Amino acid sequence: MAYPLPVANVRLKNLTKQFDGVTAVDGVDLDVADREFMILLGPSGCGKSTLLRMIAGLEDPTEGEVYIGETMVNDVLPKDRDVAMVFQSYALYPHKTVQANIEFPLKVRKVDKVERAKSALAAAESLGLGEYMSRKPGALSGGQRQRVALARAIVRKPAVFCMDEPLSNLDAKLRGETRAELIALHQRLESTFIYVTHDQVEAMTMGNRIAVMSRGKIEQVGTPQDVYDRPASVFIAQFVGTPPMNILPAGSIETGKHLVGVRPEHVHISPEGSLAMTVTLVEQLGHELLVTGRVGERRVVVRQPAHSVVPEIGAEVRIVADAADLHRFDPVTELRIDI
Amino acid sequence: MAIDQIRGGRKIGRYVLLVVMAAIVLFPIYVMVIGALKPGNKVLVNPLLPSNVTFSTITRAWRSGHLARALVNSSIVALVVTTAQVITSVMAAYAFVFLKFPGRTVVFVLFLATLLVPLEATLTVNRRTMQSLGWLNSYKGLTVPFLATAFGIFMIRQVFLTIPKEMREAASMDGLGHIGFLREVAVPLSRPTIGALALFAFLTSWNQYLWPVLITTNSDYNTVQTGIAALQRASLSQPNLVIAGTVIIALPIFVVLISFQRQLVRGLTAGAVKG
Repeated sequence: MAYPLPVANVRLKNLTKQFDGVTAVDGVDLDVADREFMILLGPSGCGKSTLLRMIAGLEDPTEGEVYIGETMVNDVLPKDRDVAMVFQSYALYPHKTVQANIEFPLKVRKVDKVERAKSALAAAESLGLGEYMSRKPGALSGGQRQRVALARAIVRKPAVFCMDEPLSNLDAKLRGETRAELIALHQRLESTFIYVTHDQVEAMTMGNRIAVMSRGKIEQVGTPQDVYDRPASVFIAQFVGTPPMNILPAGSIETGKHLVGVRPEHVHISPEGSLAMTVTLVEQLGHELLVTGRVGERRVVVRQPAHSVVPEIGAEVRIVADAADLHRFDPVTELRIDI
Repeated sequence: MAIDQIRGGRKIGRYVLLVVMAAIVLFPIYVMVIGALKPGNKVLVNPLLPSNVTFSTITRAWRSGHLARALVNSSIVALVVTTAQVITSVMAAYAFVFLKFPGRTVVFVLFLATLLVPLEATLTVNRRTMQSLGWLNSYKGLTVPFLATAFGIFMIRQVFLTIPKEMREAASMDGLGHIGFLREVAVPLSRPTIGALALFAFLTSWNQYLWPVLITTNSDYNTVQTGIAALQRASLSQPNLVIAGTVIIALPIFVVLISFQRQLVRGLTAGAVKG
């Protein structure tokens, strides 16, 4: 079922958060469009969860402003921000039934009993939880609990959904399924989603755009393909993509003074290759072959089709890459250089 | 087979030990009940065996010890103290866990430090305070000094600490304020521990002797313990009256304990095992 949800864009201006003098979020500017699925991606401790919590109102910014729609919400309580939050640990009330958990935000807002039961059932059924309404969270699987947490969020019909690594506690199979459900949910609700993750697969598959964070700053904002194809820095080049982009020192693959990056799928083993690589590891993944080797002191991974010739460990092979597939980075700032 | 036999043997050994322990614990209670059911002149004849069973001793103890009054007094005092201790402990523990204020840790440590001061060390000063307030021979004097305890605050704080931070945050996103979170989430989740605290408070208050003796001189304010002491002084030649009185005043506590023993054990082991 579709909800006529309120919609809103989120705008962050010079948002900064310090904890005891340590800067967790450092002057972040970000515009999240109405109904966009924005991913905040970055390694642990990069400040992405803190940023999300400031949007939700669970942390006060040290500096800067948070706008939801046209309203500056810095001094607005979390409950009045029209934002729902889904936590990594689900944060369900263990002593309440699924129904009571889902209804709870409406109960607090003094919605009529019949009306809130109806809304809770609708939210639960839209997530396939209809038959579990009388159970308590302890009697549910991890995936079901996460869906209860989602139902509790959507029952409020918020303008913005904030999700803090909601799939991290699920096993790989369930994570894949729930990922698809979240994408469908976003399409159905047509609401603004801000989603924190350190998992680049989630980031690549779910978001309309990705904001990649490192050390409290946003390093790049773009569509998943854009971030993958044109990483703004060595950090992003190596953080997004599995295996990460190979980075070779200046002068190794082409003349010039830039660091050169090349994705594993763009490197080919060929007798005409300009670079010599000593094979150190071969991984057969069924659908592809990963050949890892050393070029000088640098580790290089080559992605080969599944049934390619498997090189011997210790063998020397020649590798090559098209000039069009090379990425250049400044050796000092490690930022992208477009030539 | 051999392992089963060893396990069976150990099980028997454990049960034998439990039976022996139970017998040791129950023996004084048995002697007390048998003694209470005997007429006065037979109490020392075959003290371990029931004979000439009669309720007259219990009836006499009830009347001459004014135990009805003492039971009412003790019930009032214990209920007031228990209710107040639960409320103050829950509120203070909530503040220590969920509110951020300067000096929170220092204040908590100061609270805890009061546990190191034995009751006896403060008796005289506290009595003088009661006297200056004009609270001797009053329910206020019997209850007010015990309305809050550091032990209770500590106990509830420990269980509140096990409530995940995200749950408080989820509640605040849902629109719950502090009182709402306390009522809807924190207290329901801590019910076993709160129940155990209530039971401890009730038992401690019921069994209190020294403080009531110090601040009451009027027998109208006798609690069960001071009532029994008065009965003992008044009937030195009739030990069975005191025994019967003891049975009477132990009965309510026995009923409370039996009713809430599950709560007590759950409260004591709460937090011991994750999950």
